[in-house]
Amino acid sequence: MPYLGSEDVVKELKKALCNPHIQADRLRYRNVIQRVIRMPGVQEYIQQPILNGLRDKASYVRRVAVLGCAKMHNLHGDSEVDGALVNELYSLLRDQDPIVVVNCLRSLEEILKQEGGVVINKPIAHHLLNRMSKLDQWGQAEVLNFLLRYQPRSEEELFDILNLLDSFLKSSSPGVVMGATKLFLILAKKFPHVQTDVLVRVKGPLLAACSSESRELCFAALCHVRQILHSLPGHFSSHYKKFFCSYSEPHYIKLQKVEVLCELVNDENVQQVLEELRGYCTDVSADFAQAAIFAIGGIARTYTDQCVQILTELLGLRQEHITTVVVQTFRDLVWLCPQCTEAVCQALPGCEENIQDSEGKQALIWLLGVHGERIPNAPYILEDFVENVKSETFPAVKMELLTALVRLFLSRPAECQDMLGRLLYYCIEEEKNMAVRDRGLFYYRLLLVGIDEVKRILCSPKSDPSLGLLEDQAERPVNSWASDFNTLVPVYGKARWATISKCVGAEHGGSERSHTASFAVSGHLISEENKGRVQEAPDSETLMLVPNCQLTAEYFEKTWLSLEVAHQQVLPWQGEVHPDTLQMALQVVNIQTIAMSRAGSQPWKAYLSAQDDTGCLFLTELLLESENSEMQISVKQSEARTETLNSFMSVLETVIGTIGDIKS
Amino acid sequence: MISQFFILSSKGDPLIYKDFRGDSGGRDVAELFYRKLTGLPGDESPVVMHHDDRHFIHIRHSSLYLVATTSENISPFSLLELLSRLATLLGDYCGSLSEGTISRNVALVYEILDEVLDYGYVQTTSTEMLRNFIQTEAVVSKPFSLFDLSSVGLFGAETQQSKVAPSSAASRPVLSSRSDQSQKNEVFLDVVERLSVLIASNGSLLKVDVQGEIRLKSFLPSGSEMRIGLTEEFCVGKSELRGYGPGIRVDEVSFHSSVNLDEFESHRILRLQPPQGELTVMRYQLSDDLPSPLPFRLFPSVQWDRGSGRQALNVRLHLPLPRGVVSLSQELSSPEQKAELGEGALRWDLPRVQGGSQLSGLFQMDVPGLPGPPSHGPSTSAPPLGLGPASLSFELPRHTCSGLQVRFLRLSFRPCSNANPHKWVRHLSHSDAYVIRI
Repeated sequence: MPYLGSEDVVKELKKALCNPHIQADRLRYRNVIQRVIRMPGVQEYIQQPILNGLRDKASYVRRVAVLGCAKMHNLHGDSEVDGALVNELYSLLRDQDPIVVVNCLRSLEEILKQEGGVVINKPIAHHLLNRMSKLDQWGQAEVLNFLLRYQPRSEEELFDILNLLDSFLKSSSPGVVMGATKLFLILAKKFPHVQTDVLVRVKGPLLAACSSESRELCFAALCHVRQILHSLPGHFSSHYKKFFCSYSEPHYIKLQKVEVLCELVNDENVQQVLEELRGYCTDVSADFAQAAIFAIGGIARTYTDQCVQILTELLGLRQEHITTVVVQTFRDLVWLCPQCTEAVCQALPGCEENIQDSEGKQALIWLLGVHGERIPNAPYILEDFVENVKSETFPAVKMELLTALVRLFLSRPAECQDMLGRLLYYCIEEEKNMAVRDRGLFYYRLLLVGIDEVKRILCSPKSDPSLGLLEDQAERPVNSWASDFNTLVPVYGKARWATISKCVGAEHGGSERSHTASFAVSGHLISEENKGRVQEAPDSETLMLVPNCQLTAEYFEKTWLSLEVAHQQVLPWQGEVHPDTLQMALQVVNIQTIAMSRAGSQPWKAYLSAQDDTGCLFLTELLLESENSEMQISVKQSEARTETLNSFMSVLETVIGTIGDIKS
Repeated sequence: MISQFFILSSKGDPLIYKDFRGDSGGRDVAELFYRKLTGLPGDESPVVMHHDDRHFIHIRHSSLYLVATTSENISPFSLLELLSRLATLLGDYCGSLSEGTISRNVALVYEILDEVLDYGYVQTTSTEMLRNFIQTEAVVSKPFSLFDLSSVGLFGAETQQSKVAPSSAASRPVLSSRSDQSQKNEVFLDVVERLSVLIASNGSLLKVDVQGEIRLKSFLPSGSEMRIGLTEEFCVGKSELRGYGPGIRVDEVSFHSSVNLDEFESHRILRLQPPQGELTVMRYQLSDDLPSPLPFRLFPSVQWDRGSGRQALNVRLHLPLPRGVVSLSQELSSPEQKAELGEGALRWDLPRVQGGSQLSGLFQMDVPGLPGPPSHGPSTSAPPLGLGPASLSFELPRHTCSGLQVRFLRLSFRPCSNANPHKWVRHLSHSDAYVIRI
């Protein structure tokens, strides 16, 4: 806390700061520097004591003085970087005292923030590596983090460094182990076998942290385990027992463990994992029980029969919170794994008594509508819903009921005709909710057109197994998350991190936002000034995209398949895509759209093409997956030229960033 | 880099608040943290939370919240480690960490924080270095307790109890630099194991996991060397086997960086010069193959089958019951025990269980409206869904499940000042999760 004394005190302090004896006593020196440094009006007096402190004999004083430089710099705000001071700090990296060395790095990092932080060149890197063993665990963790920005020149040097760092993978401090692991992953990004090897070695410490007494550490470790599992699904399979929950653990740890179990399941352990998960389904905590049921539903995509059997048994419990989740799981499952439809249909009758909430009712009604012809008493269950429609509180349930009943009417007209009439009458005449009424009117008119037309519209495919396959392909390379390892990103989860960093960015990135805000209001997609800005960029980078380059879809496909991906990038993206807006925006910068998915479809894809004045083609794929809050961009180029590729990427980024901003 | 650090009581009152960088919104941050914590939806984790561009990371330690805020994307492992190190450090200086000791020693705590962190960067956490700079003495209040009187004994006679360290002995400040020299030189060495066990309904073991630690709390002047001898048959890893006897095997071991392992390979002796205060000398894990049989078995009954002469303390059986249980009738084997119904589960408390004994409890529950066993299935004797699994919690003094023992604890202590230091060695196993499926 800053010391804010009276005038006299300030005078006294000024005097004290000029006094050379003040530095004789280490504690007094520290206290004066720490207290006074935030006080307005004394700053010019403090400079000299700090500079003297840098050359003091006592290491304690040097430690304080080195950080004092950073404080002083930050207090002066936008003041220029003092070259002499920076040089002095760089030379202090060779100090005897390990804490002074680490403090120098920290101090330089703050002072040189504008220039991208402290520079780690080869001599500094090797000096730090040699000093590592002298540092305490905090220093080691920090230096490992600084070393991330060093690029070894040769393969030989790289492996020398890795050998030096080897012992830190065995450190007893998890912070150091994870720091070393990250450094290994980043340095060895071109050597996948080294990466895999490191991940094998870090397994022990991670598992130990997962069963640590400290819940918080355990949680952080579990998040990182999940991160690793995304790339190496089999990595922890033999240790599945470590991820069984114990009843005394807090809720958030149990949820993470269930997720982990769900991801590491394989042929050998599926029996035991399912057994364990089934135990959780009857947990006292309803939330946890539901999470366990959803997890079983997730596993069911691969091991359908066993899971469906367990889920069916759970229905026998007749517990409201269990039944509703089981039915929702069934709905999602039937869509992905049509082979289990028969079993699901047999299990359904009787569920309706135990479902009260909107989500569960919707799922049940949907199942009855789509697969009604296989469930003997489906019409009678729906009839109950129709009887009680007046007291139904959720409009979504009513909409679902309408659709389901019309569908069932197509397959079993005799049993449904009467109640469909009643339901339509109620929805059109008595219902107050506009959406429900419109839906009712829609079906009524549709039925008037004729039964063939209704069939054509409503009898869509009942399942889509390919969707499940698409989801499974999400196996990501280690390099895609190596830079996030041992940071807060896995702990928050990637999706939440994207929103966090976005709202942080919104606060800091002031001026650019005001542009986008203004044209979002004015209704034009890209205002005049913005258009200028967008097109300015290519000019300055010697990239001219030809305005009317029309490729046929066939030609595009052929070229796309013949080329390698030249560049891949991920941009943050929120919410849905409006294809028309995007297409128009791309048109402005002369990028043509070849094909695009419908709005709201998942995953959403688009293929774009552009040509520059030299005839070089840029083919682009945009991919937006449902859970990820980011747009994946892959670009292929007909002639490999990095500078034009970079400027093309910046154009594309600007457009996508702008569109993203409008909607958020 | 840490922007702020604060300690909150379990009710959210700020006890300690320190701003290291002066770049953030002041004291109400602590209040903001507590509001976020209490208002968190159930499925989100409270460990890391964010507000604007500030991240809150906290640990809970003896019902206090130790919170750090930062605006950078830093390593969660290091920060969590730092927070728990701070907790131990404050515990060492104040005697124990609790709301009372913190508020009695506010000045001391601020002084420690000043030394440990400068401008939000860790300087040092070693007690060795800190003791040169910490001036304030810890304020300890000794609560009056009848337990202390009991050790005096009738008519001044020495009773048994004086041979056992009083339970409060370890909870006094470690570093009273200039205080009375009459204080005893004491060393406490604990071998503590946490057991998590899962037993299937047919009695077969599904999972056994032992997390062990050798913890040392030293009040000796630092610099005195110490040798800890472990059981000679002790071996690490699967391949290595020593001697002919039943080896004591652990899967993985990690040692504190100050431990000298020269004699470990040959004689299983750890040499170290411990700093004053608490230190985890060694951590080890063992899973699946346990050398000794498990301490408890539950058939329909709980059986405690270790050699006699030992006892387990505070045994508690927790058995979730099907919903809608209305009444419970019980037949227990001793009046000391207690069983009650609460929160959809049965709780059976056994304050003391003698070794080798068998206990039984017969519980009859009335569950109206429970669907009977599925009539079409072959297994009509299967328990109703919703019953179980049973979990036990217990403490086993003088027993380690891995079989690891401390053979000796020798101090090569300079013959200065007073008599031989007192050495206390304890072995303890307690349950983390001991679950038996029914």
